[in-house]
Amino acid sequence: MKDDVDSREDRIANLKGMGCSRKRVEDARFTQGKGNYVDDIKLDGMLFGDFVRSPYAHATIKSIDSSAAMEVPGVLAVLTAADLEPLGLHWMPTLAGDKQMVLADGKVLFQGQEVAFVVARDRYAAADGIEAVEVEYEELPVLVDPFASMTSDVVLRPDTVADDGSPANGAHGPRKHHNHIFTWEAGDKEPTEQVIANAEVVAEEFMYYHRTHPCPLETCGCVASMDKVNGKLTLWGTFQAPHAIRTVVSLISGIEEHNIRVISPDIGGGFGNKVGAYPGYVCSVVASIVTGKPVKWIEDRMDNLMTTAFARDYWMKGRISATKEGKITGLHCHVTADHGGFDACADPTKFPAGFMNICTGSYDIPTAYLEVDGVYTNKAPGGVSYRCSFRVTEAVYFIERMIEVLAIELDMDAAELRRINFIRKEQFPYKAALGWEYDSGDYHTAWDKAMQAVDYDGLRAEQAQRIADFKAGKTRKLMGIGLTHFTEIVGAGPVKNCDILGLGMFDSCEIRIHPTGSAIARLGTISQGQGHATTFAQILASEIGLPADSITIEEGDTDTAPYGLGTYGSRSTPVAGAATAMAGRKIRAKAQMIAAYLLEVHDDDVEFDVDRFVVKGAPERFKTMKEIAFAAYNQAIPGIEPGLEAVSYYDPPNMTYPFGAYVCVMDIDVDTGVPDIRRFYALDDCGTRINPMIIEGQVHGGLTEALAVALGQEIAYDDMGNVKTGTLMDFFLPTAWEVPNYETDHTVTPSPHHPIGAKGVGESPHVGGVPCFSNAVHDAFRAFGLRQTHMPHDHWRIWKTANELGLHDQG
Amino acid sequence: MIPAAFQYYRPKDMAGVLAILAEHGDDARVMAGGHSLIPMMKLRMAEVPHLIDLQEVGGLSGISIDDRITIGAMTTQAELIDNDALAQAAPILREAALQIADPQIRYMGTVGGNLANGDPGNDMPGLMQCLNATFTVVGPDGERSLAARDFYEAAYMTGREDNEVLTAISFARPQGGHAYEKQKRKIGDYATAAAAVQITKSDGSCAGASIAMTNLSDTPVFSEAAGAALAGTSVDTSAVKAAVAAMLADIDPVEDNRGPIAFKRHVAGVILARAIERAWSRA
Repeated sequence: MKDDVDSREDRIANLKGMGCSRKRVEDARFTQGKGNYVDDIKLDGMLFGDFVRSPYAHATIKSIDSSAAMEVPGVLAVLTAADLEPLGLHWMPTLAGDKQMVLADGKVLFQGQEVAFVVARDRYAAADGIEAVEVEYEELPVLVDPFASMTSDVVLRPDTVADDGSPANGAHGPRKHHNHIFTWEAGDKEPTEQVIANAEVVAEEFMYYHRTHPCPLETCGCVASMDKVNGKLTLWGTFQAPHAIRTVVSLISGIEEHNIRVISPDIGGGFGNKVGAYPGYVCSVVASIVTGKPVKWIEDRMDNLMTTAFARDYWMKGRISATKEGKITGLHCHVTADHGGFDACADPTKFPAGFMNICTGSYDIPTAYLEVDGVYTNKAPGGVSYRCSFRVTEAVYFIERMIEVLAIELDMDAAELRRINFIRKEQFPYKAALGWEYDSGDYHTAWDKAMQAVDYDGLRAEQAQRIADFKAGKTRKLMGIGLTHFTEIVGAGPVKNCDILGLGMFDSCEIRIHPTGSAIARLGTISQGQGHATTFAQILASEIGLPADSITIEEGDTDTAPYGLGTYGSRSTPVAGAATAMAGRKIRAKAQMIAAYLLEVHDDDVEFDVDRFVVKGAPERFKTMKEIAFAAYNQAIPGIEPGLEAVSYYDPPNMTYPFGAYVCVMDIDVDTGVPDIRRFYALDDCGTRINPMIIEGQVHGGLTEALAVALGQEIAYDDMGNVKTGTLMDFFLPTAWEVPNYETDHTVTPSPHHPIGAKGVGESPHVGGVPCFSNAVHDAFRAFGLRQTHMPHDHWRIWKTANELGLHDQG
Repeated sequence: MIPAAFQYYRPKDMAGVLAILAEHGDDARVMAGGHSLIPMMKLRMAEVPHLIDLQEVGGLSGISIDDRITIGAMTTQAELIDNDALAQAAPILREAALQIADPQIRYMGTVGGNLANGDPGNDMPGLMQCLNATFTVVGPDGERSLAARDFYEAAYMTGREDNEVLTAISFARPQGGHAYEKQKRKIGDYATAAAAVQITKSDGSCAGASIAMTNLSDTPVFSEAAGAALAGTSVDTSAVKAAVAAMLADIDPVEDNRGPIAFKRHVAGVILARAIERAWSRA
């Protein structure tokens, strides 16, 4: 078919650009087992390293004897902190401005901590070598409760105590106690206290957002290969931010950055788990330098759950004030944040509690104050943003629970309470009390659409009947209606306030158009399953008029991709997607000049139309982008360089603020504590929608991880600091069996500052889903006096709630 | 998650199996589907220097149905589920097997492995106690039979000697109504509480009932008293309460990640009451 006989609609469809449910180009290899993950990399002479890990949560290391391990066939070396110290690598900087032991330096601070690194010919020999390393420990008192830690005489981190015995200043200012890490504030303290003191109605609540873990299907790992001949280090790994890893490796190892190549191959899910730097990476690099051979390190499932990057663990105390009519006047939030043995949170450096200060949510709250205290305990370090932008899940959970509690205090319907407090459409851009400027939103439209879709009044009537039946002994099942209206803050972010260790959080795209009208684009991000190769090609297709099928997207190799800060916090579309559109527009600008030359008209006399430039008022006179690409390389055009390439580094002017309205309908078996999700409705507004099918997939995935967290997924410790949930038998990872049918819906409120109006969607369903599932559990028991019960709502905790409310037959 | 080194054997007949067991004593163990033993070895909680795979030993699988039903020890859970004649003759097996693990594991996991491992979380032991099954084991001195209700001594401790292999399970064709009720946290999980119930009905009242509970003690619990509490009654609310009370006197659950003891005891009562109700409705 020739271009010039296709209708305009055909030409648009042919591009498979924005708005098209284009099938994922990645899936051909993923569904056939043809992906190439880190553990698929096999190099000549490659060795395998693995860790001796501490069985204790807090202990002094008296001695490490590796002589027996060195006798194990295949074991080549056992590295300890003493071996790393001369290189200055026995500790490493964390993303949060703290430092972390690479290998135990005199003591251990959490169960599973890395004590020694055994390097062997294969992973079997390494495992046997680990068993043979003899470590003598002397147990120390264990602190697993952050409140107890803040009053304990036990010093967890002697390295953070000043010479006079007082807590030395930390990365975020003065510290109150030797186990305290930082205090971080936002908003106005005194005015907030005054508003609450003088309010007509105040609701208070204390809630624990438990510790959990992102648990990607592929665990963390790497292959380090030091070529001693040319001095180049190649590091393949499960990195959500390969360029940042390259810079950090260069800074801590002293190897010049041009001699380091970091490659993220296919990644089997990240969800925040693969943002940070781990001891395994450092030890593999050192082992490769020492042995001159490539060294692979791959976590097993227990290593992953117990040691790399937990999420949440926030104790949140809230007070919310309102008028008798329900207009919210003030919000106060205090968080005690359990960071474990090292502060390794993955947040922009100036935000030690991430964007927790989005905790005023979707509501017009005039006065607010937030204070977060970070605390050391004997737990694993981490504090990553599990399928959310930095601490946004905690913030949204907090406000959406506080709204429910306020509704109880006011004896008001929780949907109506939300409605009368939403930020109104005409208030955007809206400056929130805790500092953020919300770019756009239309909450009432979304909310009303959601309420109508689920027949909210009908559900409440059904629930009232159910309560009556329950009280009359006709049923043992209660019905909960979970509501959530969330506002996210994603797309970090403006370099003026977002950096990680000084690295500005811009992102990038570089495009090369080939002479025959196809293209390759490389980005500073890295897909872990999000489908970048599909969606970024769609953005470009719409911007430059070449079919998405003719555009290759490449990410993850620092030798070829432009510098960028990677993929997490729903930042790929807001930042790299913007860079892609902007680079595309540079291509188009040059193409316009070429087209005008070819058509023998002035530049301003041609305009872009889908896949071509046409002469204004004479659509029969045109040059397709394909023709222009060929001319760009092969025709001498006066005043224009040959070639058709562009690069854009995009520093966004603001974050984006996706939002959504979710409703969960749940039946709860009071006698067994088993919840049954009858219905889940999710309306998402992520601005301009690039690929509806991928959005729907993201929503399903995010809701499923939300269901996991709300209903059972946790990293639990006993009093001795032992991890009780170190395997998938006890760590809840839902399967298709546990997942309900999801109904998805949307409104579209484009971001006013983003080149294509897109806001990001990968994390919204998780952020909104967790409070929605949790609110449904709470709502089921509201009529019986429940205000707050901590997650996760597994069977026994739900049963306990019913039991404490006196709902069980005690006879 | 790497096991210690072990020697792997794949004998073709039972004589070969028994010879290896005789040679290595308790350093050797037989493996059926491997879905309990292999994870234990990978966690280095079980060390098995000599691992004997039963996959190629003939004559250990298959289901025969007569007045008695006999199931070869190497019969997989999937084969149990797929066998329509068995579902007709002893429907409680399909109902229970569908609640064990997940479909992929059921293609490998066997009835014999589930029974012989002695894990109190396994579902088949309680079920076989409910059915009053007999286990056939073979050892150096030939075959002998053991009653399911006497087989389990403590967690992972059974009446089978280290040098013996479980080869077959048999039980009389069950009569009356059945139910296997299980509460679990997710697919693939062990029971928070599970109940196996068979009830026979005569002239509107209960002629006899057999009740066994799973994962509520360090062994499966056959509650003779619970069954007796139903016999002769119309299985009304008070009879069910009596059966539940009798069962609660026989179980001894421990706290774990599923919940504390009080919760487990309460759920055990609810699950048993539901199982009785369903079995009675089918009787």
